[in-house]
Amino acid sequence: MQAMPGERRSRWRWLLYLVLAVFALYYLLPLYVMLVNSFKPLEEIRGGDMLALPELWTVAPWSSAWSSAQIGVEPTGLKPYFVNSIAMVVPAVLLSTVLGALNGYVLTKWRFRGDGVVFALLLLSCFIPFQIVLIPMARVLGLLGLAGTTSGLVLVHLVYGLGFTTLFFRNYYAAFPTELVRAAQIDGASFFRIFFRILLPSSGPIIVVSVIWQFTNIWNDFLFGVSFADVDSLPMTVALNNLVSSSTGVKEYNVHFAGAILAALPTLIVYVVSGRYFVRGLMAGAVKG
Amino acid sequence: MRDRLRSWLPKLVLAPSFLLILFFVYGFIAYTGYLSMTDSKMLPSYGFVGLDNYERLWKLRHWTGSLKNLAIFGTLYILVCSVLGLFLAILLDQKIRAEGVLRPIYLYPMALSFIVTGTAWKWFLDPGIGLEATVQSWGWTSFEFDWIKDRDMAIYTVVIAAVWQSSGFVMAMFLAGLRGVDGDIIRAAEIDGASKSRIYRRIIIPMMRPVFLSAFVILAHLAIKSYDLVVALTGGGPGKATEVPATFMYSYTFSRNLMGIGAASAIIMLMMIFSIIVPYLYAELHAGRKVER
Repeated sequence: MQAMPGERRSRWRWLLYLVLAVFALYYLLPLYVMLVNSFKPLEEIRGGDMLALPELWTVAPWSSAWSSAQIGVEPTGLKPYFVNSIAMVVPAVLLSTVLGALNGYVLTKWRFRGDGVVFALLLLSCFIPFQIVLIPMARVLGLLGLAGTTSGLVLVHLVYGLGFTTLFFRNYYAAFPTELVRAAQIDGASFFRIFFRILLPSSGPIIVVSVIWQFTNIWNDFLFGVSFADVDSLPMTVALNNLVSSSTGVKEYNVHFAGAILAALPTLIVYVVSGRYFVRGLMAGAVKG
Repeated sequence: MRDRLRSWLPKLVLAPSFLLILFFVYGFIAYTGYLSMTDSKMLPSYGFVGLDNYERLWKLRHWTGSLKNLAIFGTLYILVCSVLGLFLAILLDQKIRAEGVLRPIYLYPMALSFIVTGTAWKWFLDPGIGLEATVQSWGWTSFEFDWIKDRDMAIYTVVIAAVWQSSGFVMAMFLAGLRGVDGDIIRAAEIDGASKSRIYRRIIIPMMRPVFLSAFVILAHLAIKSYDLVVALTGGGPGKATEVPATFMYSYTFSRNLMGIGAASAIIMLMMIFSIIVPYLYAELHAGRKVER
């Protein structure tokens, strides 16, 4: 490249930026279209140009999506389902992260015969197609009296998130100097004391990675929600799908878009605030970190 | 006594997770495997029928069609995501000033639920109201883009939406790979007078082999699992034109009440994924052990 004459080089840079900008538009376009059209009255959407800004701005679709749109048989809007999702996500994320941290600690600093097998089984569980557990899980939730409840969904998400959280913490703690742990052991520090005093204080970044990963996955889950939830526990994704695909009455596209953005908002905010950690989580699942 | 407790404590801490996984993952796999060899209909029943369900499964056009759709979708999804991901990563690696702005824009779809992605694209691709109607309203009245309503083309709309969602992630993987390339090698090649494109073709891209492999494994298993996007985008239609194994399993188990066949299809899905993921994980774990030594 340094051999290129200046003029050719700058033309090449222009082209480079142009291509990059075109792709940025491609990724932004669906979000832009949803956002713009969620502020239009329905007649304007039917009229044609989906890229145009609203001629008449209205927030009615948003308030309808949030509090009065028909979801299934009830005209409740998405609000109760948003609450359901929060009630499901918070305990599931916290429990799976705590267990993952302890597992990672044991698997790296208190190794024992066969720990490799335990880890391999946990790791493999990350990749199973969930169709394989749907039938027995429905039965077990029924037997436990958890069918159709938020607690049942918390259990499901806890179990199928453990592999990921363990993987995150194991890889992170593997790089943590074992000598420090041994020295503390010789000084008589207990198992939990070493964890809370030595490892946990330096676990900030990986806790963030684990929490974000679990939050995004559980919030975005559809299959478990649609299979195991009742009206009282339906998560946001299932409610959104019910809203969008309901076949009765006029299709209120503007309300659908407002609803879709509401469903996407929590994970989008997390991504904007801490995208760096989000990417790290993705990578840890992909390449061994 | 205290010493014994001490040596058992780590295992006790690990035990709940291990037992949960053993029961809810491997126990459930065994149970579904068993169900796939029974005459279960709406509810599990335990009349043993051997491999009958598998035989019936492979005779169903609904199933073979689902597999064909998965093959088309999976191949294009992996191919386009990898090529586009590598392409964008290489462009972004040219000391772009706006990288900090562009990278998150390319990647944000990965944070969205497939249901949201499906909702957006379903509308965008709807000829009556989305892209087709918009371009026509600009004056190009003969413009047509109705793949989502076309039995032969609908599966490609799933590819379009899925690529939109995942290609940024593949870009991030390749970008991390490119950043890990030793600068000295490139400088040496430049001194030898190699052109930029030659350096990429001959040196850098071949060095990305592990990233290609990781991307392949991740994308392949996502493709086999994909359920939400199809449900939200096309609902498996028009007709059965975009049915995939994941939607097949769900409808046979829960709507058509043929649980034995549903279980058999789930087992096939698991075998497809394990045949990709097990060798990969084995190699990864094995390589890690070698380095430790």
